[in-house]
Amino acid sequence: MQSAASNPFRILIASLMLCLSLAACGERQRETDTAAQEGILLVGNGSEPKSIDPHLVTGVPENKIIQALIEGLIAYHPDDDTKPAPGVAESWEHNDDYTVWTFKLRDNAKWTNGDPVVAGDFVYSWQRILTPALGAEYAETLYVIENALAFHQGQIKDFSQVGVKALDDHTLEVRLKGPTPHFLLMLKHYSFYPVNRKVVEEFGGMADRQSGWSTVENYVGNGPFKIKEWNTNDFLEVERNPDYWDADKVALNGIRFFPIENLNTEFTAFQGGRLHVTNNTIPADRIPRLREENSEALRIDPYLGTYFYRLNVTRKPFDDPRVREALSLAIDRNLIVERVSQGGQTPATGFVPDGIPGYATADAVSYDPKRAKQLLAEAGYADGKGFPKAEILINTSENHRKIAEAIQAMWREKLGIDVGIFNQEWKVYLDSQSSLNYDISRSGWIADYVHPMTFLEIFTAGNGNNDTGWENAEYDGLIRQAQTARSEEARTNLMQQAEAILIKELPVVPIYWYTSPRLIDPRVKGWKPKLIDNRPYKYLSIASN
Amino acid sequence: MTRFIITRIIQGLVVLLAIYALTFVLVALTPGSPFSTERAIRPEILAQIEAFYGYDRPPLERFWTSLTNALQGEFGPSAVYANRSVTDIIGEAFPVSLMLGSISLIVALGIGIPAGIVAAVKRNTWLDYLPMSASMVGICLPTFVLGPILVLIFGIGLQILPVSGWGAPEFIILPAATLGLFYAAYFARLTRGGMLEMLNQDFVRTAQAKGVPQTTIVWKHCLKGGLIPAITFLGPALAGIIAGSFVVETIFQIPGLGQWFVKGALNRDDFLILGLTVLFAALIVMMNLLVDIIQVALNPRLKYEK
Repeated sequence: MQSAASNPFRILIASLMLCLSLAACGERQRETDTAAQEGILLVGNGSEPKSIDPHLVTGVPENKIIQALIEGLIAYHPDDDTKPAPGVAESWEHNDDYTVWTFKLRDNAKWTNGDPVVAGDFVYSWQRILTPALGAEYAETLYVIENALAFHQGQIKDFSQVGVKALDDHTLEVRLKGPTPHFLLMLKHYSFYPVNRKVVEEFGGMADRQSGWSTVENYVGNGPFKIKEWNTNDFLEVERNPDYWDADKVALNGIRFFPIENLNTEFTAFQGGRLHVTNNTIPADRIPRLREENSEALRIDPYLGTYFYRLNVTRKPFDDPRVREALSLAIDRNLIVERVSQGGQTPATGFVPDGIPGYATADAVSYDPKRAKQLLAEAGYADGKGFPKAEILINTSENHRKIAEAIQAMWREKLGIDVGIFNQEWKVYLDSQSSLNYDISRSGWIADYVHPMTFLEIFTAGNGNNDTGWENAEYDGLIRQAQTARSEEARTNLMQQAEAILIKELPVVPIYWYTSPRLIDPRVKGWKPKLIDNRPYKYLSIASN
Repeated sequence: MTRFIITRIIQGLVVLLAIYALTFVLVALTPGSPFSTERAIRPEILAQIEAFYGYDRPPLERFWTSLTNALQGEFGPSAVYANRSVTDIIGEAFPVSLMLGSISLIVALGIGIPAGIVAAVKRNTWLDYLPMSASMVGICLPTFVLGPILVLIFGIGLQILPVSGWGAPEFIILPAATLGLFYAAYFARLTRGGMLEMLNQDFVRTAQAKGVPQTTIVWKHCLKGGLIPAITFLGPALAGIIAGSFVVETIFQIPGLGQWFVKGALNRDDFLILGLTVLFAALIVMMNLLVDIIQVALNPRLKYEK
């Protein structure tokens, strides 16, 4: 009995001694210092990747890892997202109306299993993602290819009728369903990336969603890095791929991606020397202090996306364009950006964010409480009297709540209307939004590639992402024409007309254009501001001190 | 005793079955699906994915398939994380949680019980007031406050311990302290209460009158009975420490079960939710059974009551 009872004391003494010995050791070596000396970059990467199979993923964290492991025909340009950089394709040409593209593949591109990357790999891969049974969420991005839609929906069984052909091992011909000058930009997306036929066939075949090819042991890629270790919820590490065709240019020896979802945990991890770079945002309330201190780690880059409120036009009073405009005019966007979101965002003046080369940003959304009041009165709700009970739907997040509260106060003060705030957890919120079970819904949209079309096409009738109930035949017509326009100039013109309709009708109220505030270790070199946050890791390096 | 144990095991199995059925119904009724994403999926693609995971089947059939699979120890694939089965996920994360849990429990017991005993024996002195005030603070401070405070002091201020992560022994100290100190506070108060009750018994007075040394009274006569309240709490505490440490796991980025619990629920990953709920329920049932057995062993009176 005596010895058993004294056990806890022994442990207590032992743990006290441990604490003392730790204190005696003094400061510990920071992971960032060790890693920098080894040439390894430590990055925060949001959530745990759901897969690293390019044909099955849909998320940003997965994209960032796949960028290191696989290379498509076209790669991300080191500093300009509107330009293509050569990937597996060393050169390309197209016919006059941008419908037939021919890619010349380099002959030194290799898979990590030693096979050369050939044109047939792309044919196989695109057939895989379009195979109905695979159920690839992003198969839709390939619909730009001739007959891809028909094959994916089962009307055509024979893939040779789809517009992609290997003319020889190093020549790939792609026929598109319409003129698409920005096809090269689309090719940067992982849904167009190749997978290795041999390994996919070995571990379950083309249509197997649970195929074992994309595990750490079996993975075959062709990118600047190859996978080394993956500890779920801990980190995923990639190391330099010596067989990559451009291996001389790769400066880093490896990258460790940490799935840290909680922004505060990530912030602390950076402060505590565990990360060189945080993921694409930091807690809003930390930014003012960092600015005050003139922190050299704080970086605020533009990020091509729009933060906006959807209005359910199938419900009263949001079916009245005057009400929608009044709501928009009563929002003081400068105040929201400066006092609430605080991340250097730009108050939106249109729906398509600023910064897309060749596209003049709309300047039509503004703050005018007087006019707002007047419009609301015209709609029959003078001073907000009789305005039906309405709610702003947000997904659970402190930042969204703060913005909603600010807007709630502005509407109360300027228009005399009282709206509630209703939060739902992410999946429920998505459900409510797509089934139009809301009055006003907080939303965001980030560009897939640098082109206004990725913002404008979602509000056409029947588009799965419209989610407002709004339909406008003229708008749809303009977008359709723009999609098949033969020159970029004509396309821009048509898109601008379409955006003008959208802003006049306002089924969506733009609030601000995103930025990506992050912390970055000054030792990291080559991290250029970009419109969409895609880093070709081969151009990054890290100084050892 | 054997009969008691067998009855309890059968009761436990019925409880597990009921929990399984209830979880299945609740998950099925919750809005949202594992496949809903911000970017809309075409209905025909969605149909293919749903067919792959068996969501196109009627609910009763799905329940039956999932139950029979579960009975064979196979909870199905994760509907969200490609080529990972629920069993894989548990297999990977459970040892981490077990490690963190055991060390936290050692911290909790190692600090809580001695503090409680000392406080009871030296009642109304500073050796009583100090640990009891501290434990009050410990109970009131939730882990999501204590964790960041410890990180701030030892990780960022003194820079002697890592702020988060997992792998080497030094990574366990802060999370185990956060989780352990919270439970230590409970154990300290429960032990103090139990010991005080024992120390006030008539036989203690008799022993004191006969001149038995105080240490012998405490160690030999009172400890067994005095620990009973703490041991009763051990069951839920054990299960909670092992499976329910998701706050601590989020703060310290630890790849344990707790994180999966939250992710499973947020992703609507049905199979994962079911698997984890059953695991957690089984843990509670087992721990409670274990505690009951220990109690009977410690307290002979209970043996006759049963």
